[in-house]
Amino acid sequence: MAKRSLQSQGGAAHVFLIPWWLGLVLVTLVPLLASLYLAFTDYNILSTPEFNGLANFERMFKDENFWAAVRVTIVYVVVSIPLQLGFALLLALILDRGLRGLAFYRSAFYLPSLLGTSVAVAILWRQLFGDDGLIDRALSVFGLELGSWLQNPSLSLSTLIVLNVWTFGSPMVIFLAGLRQIPEELYEAARVDGASVIRQFTHVTIPLLTPIIFFNLILQTIGAFQTFTQAQVVSGGTGGPANSTLFYTLYIYQQGFTNFDMGYASALAWVLMAAIGLVTAVHFILSKYWVFYGDD
Amino acid sequence: MTTATTSFESARAGSRTAVLRRGRRDLLKHLGLGAFVLLMLYPLVWMIVSSVKPDHLILTEPGLIPSEITFDNFVEGWNALNRPFSVFFVNSLVVTVGSIIGNLFSCSLTAFALARLEFRMRNVYLAITLVSVMLPLHVLVIPQYIFFSQLDLVNTYFPLLLPKFLATDAFFIYLMVQFIRTIPRDLDRAAWIDGCGPFRTFWSVVLPLMRPALVTTTIFTFIWTWNDFFVPLIYLTSPKMFTVPVALNSMVDSESQTGVGMLFAMSLVSLLPVLIFFAVAQKQLIRGIATTGLK
Repeated sequence: MAKRSLQSQGGAAHVFLIPWWLGLVLVTLVPLLASLYLAFTDYNILSTPEFNGLANFERMFKDENFWAAVRVTIVYVVVSIPLQLGFALLLALILDRGLRGLAFYRSAFYLPSLLGTSVAVAILWRQLFGDDGLIDRALSVFGLELGSWLQNPSLSLSTLIVLNVWTFGSPMVIFLAGLRQIPEELYEAARVDGASVIRQFTHVTIPLLTPIIFFNLILQTIGAFQTFTQAQVVSGGTGGPANSTLFYTLYIYQQGFTNFDMGYASALAWVLMAAIGLVTAVHFILSKYWVFYGDD
Repeated sequence: MTTATTSFESARAGSRTAVLRRGRRDLLKHLGLGAFVLLMLYPLVWMIVSSVKPDHLILTEPGLIPSEITFDNFVEGWNALNRPFSVFFVNSLVVTVGSIIGNLFSCSLTAFALARLEFRMRNVYLAITLVSVMLPLHVLVIPQYIFFSQLDLVNTYFPLLLPKFLATDAFFIYLMVQFIRTIPRDLDRAAWIDGCGPFRTFWSVVLPLMRPALVTTTIFTFIWTWNDFFVPLIYLTSPKMFTVPVALNSMVDSESQTGVGMLFAMSLVSLLPVLIFFAVAQKQLIRGIATTGLK
């Protein structure tokens, strides 16, 4: 009986999984293999793909725009993620212990996360940091005449970093949920042992929060590597001025869908995937040294 | 006796000063946090205010109280792109509602099978699903585009909707699997004994109990699809098919003809559905992120 029911469940399971199977094969696996093949070809979508070995990857080495895109994306990830998570953690700690109006602050801080990747907010940013924009005016009150941030290659990327930091609400909500999981007894025990507030923070809060910090770090880093909308809209699709906002995904888009250089774009995409995979793997390896799971 | 009373009273007095001190500290906190909220939301408020100002005032008047109010930006912006903005709204709505239906349908079926049915390789399937969450779209999108263009489906909503009906938003499968695991197994066993097959068990027992997970999926699919720019930008080539973000972007390109005010007005209009959803579903939204880490 048990065996029969098991078999019939197996049959039913495969019916339930028909959409998933089709999706896995048609939308994920076949495109993945096709993209791997295209990475080694020259293909402009009109003619047939022509195998050209490692030519696409050799081309990257000599391609100034590729290196610009790599640099922009790395600077963006390395600067904006610590700032964003730092703000998120700081605000979560301030909001955590029995403060009235928590729900209001949480919603107010979270709202930008919800809008941050929209074209509308990217347009707003264009105006805020553009010629004669609000930021320019505000700073000139303090005697800082920086002009349009967006036309200044040394400032344009910072506007997008500010935009990403502005969306700290989503990791903050996750931090708040994590802080709530920490048992009050641990703080009481620490207090009984005479631990100061700072010691409680460094010896109870932070260690118990490390899994959440790690989770947010991975999630936000993977997301930041794939930033597209903001870069496309703020720079009008150019990645300018002087390639200063040429995000990696924007460069893939330009090569693939503006120049229809699909082979090169595929090779670029595989480099991105390898980079994300590598960074994630390094994070996981390093996590052994700083992430504390209660069971250890 | 006296000493006991005094120490009791001094303790009470001490706790009163503590309460006072705490009150003062909280007040400082509220002042600081309030200022920070203002700073953070200033850009959004500025956009709202600017949308009802004539163009020449937007750049000269940084304050939040407009000296002149006009709704021309909305009227003109609505018609700035050769067709009324309502067309893009309807397009976005079709894509968004289609995506929600697709995700609810395909992810709930998959999640039920992965969480409740016994079959070989179940854990392998679950692992594949989790790994596919991390796969960047940019690696898949080029072959997908070639595939759809060979089928002559570019400039239709098919490429936007098909993946949703095929359970490719693995995040939601994961969310639903986690949720189904909290539903007592006795319920399906009872249904099983009563003669329900897996389909009845899914449809009549588990699916109704999954409502919170379905609501979270609906909310996030709505917001993500409504905001999505990359995929529609690639597939939708003729303006009459544009979704709201793509239409907004094309307004930016012709900014010399449309003014800043119109851009702001239409940006604001484009954010309204998300803002309304946020206002209505705040609690579920925050709970959704808190429990799963969805954005």
